[in-house]
Amino acid sequence: MPRGAIFGFLGPNGSGKTTTIRMLLGLAEATSGSIFLLNKSIPFELRDALPHVGALVEGPAFYPYLSGRDNLARFDSADSSADPKTRTARIESALARVGLTAAREKKVHAYSLGMKQRLGIANALLQPRELLILDEPTNGLDPQGTREVRTLIRDLASQGITIFISSHLLLEIEQICSHLAVMSAGKIVAQGSIEELSFSEILNLNLRTPDIDKAIATLNSLDIEARNEGGAIKANVTYNFIAPETIVDALVRAGVKIQGFTLEAPKLEERFVSLTGEGFDVAR
Amino acid sequence: MSRVNFLQGFATLVRSELSVLFRRRRTWAMLATIACIPIFLAIAVQLSGSTIPPGEGPPFLDRVSQNGLFVGFTAMILAIPLFLPLTIGVVAGDTIAGEASTGTLRYLLVAPVSRVRLLVVKFIGASVFAIAATATLMITGIIVGLILFPVGPVTLLSGDVISIPAALLRIALVAAYVTISLMGLSAVGLFISTLTVIPVGAMAATVVVSTVSQILATLPQLEVIHPYLLTYNWLGFADLLRAPMDFHSFAMNSLLQISYIVIFGSAAYSRFTTKDVLS
Repeated sequence: MPRGAIFGFLGPNGSGKTTTIRMLLGLAEATSGSIFLLNKSIPFELRDALPHVGALVEGPAFYPYLSGRDNLARFDSADSSADPKTRTARIESALARVGLTAAREKKVHAYSLGMKQRLGIANALLQPRELLILDEPTNGLDPQGTREVRTLIRDLASQGITIFISSHLLLEIEQICSHLAVMSAGKIVAQGSIEELSFSEILNLNLRTPDIDKAIATLNSLDIEARNEGGAIKANVTYNFIAPETIVDALVRAGVKIQGFTLEAPKLEERFVSLTGEGFDVAR
Repeated sequence: MSRVNFLQGFATLVRSELSVLFRRRRTWAMLATIACIPIFLAIAVQLSGSTIPPGEGPPFLDRVSQNGLFVGFTAMILAIPLFLPLTIGVVAGDTIAGEASTGTLRYLLVAPVSRVRLLVVKFIGASVFAIAATATLMITGIIVGLILFPVGPVTLLSGDVISIPAALLRIALVAAYVTISLMGLSAVGLFISTLTVIPVGAMAATVVVSTVSQILATLPQLEVIHPYLLTYNWLGFADLLRAPMDFHSFAMNSLLQISYIVIFGSAAYSRFTTKDVLS
């Protein structure tokens, strides 16, 4: 993955996203193959790589009987590259970044899921990092929290931090990622920039109109094979075959009343399903 | 990494471990319960009057009413077979399994802390708890003894009489003796703790090890293995109450416990450093 990118790591549940992250962080050992994290070979140079990596793995985990601040202090003291003199200041600024300053003295067992999630992100931000690995960072967050996290991620990326986000929430990935990879049954099935992956040879045409028969006849005359799907007209159009305004113009001339018209690439979700399979039997 | 940084980082983590351990209410509840043993013992002896014939009840019980300094010794003998191992089981069994079950283990490891360092720090934490446990029992014993009974020069098992300061030194030695015994058990608990993510399982298994070891010690058919049992010398500290002091069992027990620490420490090391952390 390129440096400075916001890299989305997609895949259905059970496809191996978290396992991949565990192996990246040296928590689990790979049975074969080699891993490089920030150009360091894992697990051999793990200790050189990890101080530059902030991670939120498989949801936040804390000592419930300690306060938010003491939890961060605990994890920071485990990192021997962390300077104890700046610890308090670093913890305060990490807490401020995720909006937990007011709740820092509260014991974590009194935190909501969203607060724990934010504390987990604060933990990843205790030190200046080169790479952030965020596994499902908006899990359990309300819409405001999700927006906040998205803004925070964009903000961090603009400072040059590379961000690796694993998620199955396509909308989230589509909104913030510059690059992505799709995993299915333990294998990467597609990888590239978001433009590359969302580019499609076939565009979807959607037309809403009361004059269905007239519209289908007009589209057929333009060499577009249109079909009626429950009152809406759909068609597949090859990219660059015809300009959308030409289609609309022809429809209007034929006296078709148009309520809505779109001609666009398939949504990431359709692409995702076409790559990873349909239904609950995914990744068996 | 420079050597200074290495030591500083290590010290920081030890401090953090102890502060987490001693900020848990559970730790204080166990220490408070340990403190109750000499208190109840002394009260029971006080209420029953001073007519306990020698040889009945736990050793030294007959001396408690004559000299308050014996409260600690007697309470120690009562607490060694079950209660102290129980508290060590809770602390040592929780070391790795407890972190794994809450998921904090993965965040410690990616912080990053090396697995070896984490194991060593966890063992130090459990050992400090062992010190706190024996010290709590002995110090409470001395205080209760001072309050409820006459205190004076102590008559030893050999019949010699020693001064109060000399007696206090021996009390400290007995506490050290028991602490070393509990450290051997802590190493076993640490190893068991690396095998599971369910802390209660590791705690129970650690207590089972100490109990089974004591049961095996009662079977004469197994006499051959008795000297190698973890608990073989656990009650041997009576030797410290003779004049001149007999350090033989102190040395033998220390040797045995260190062997257990080395063996189970290595087992914990080889298990934990190759383990996939999946919780």
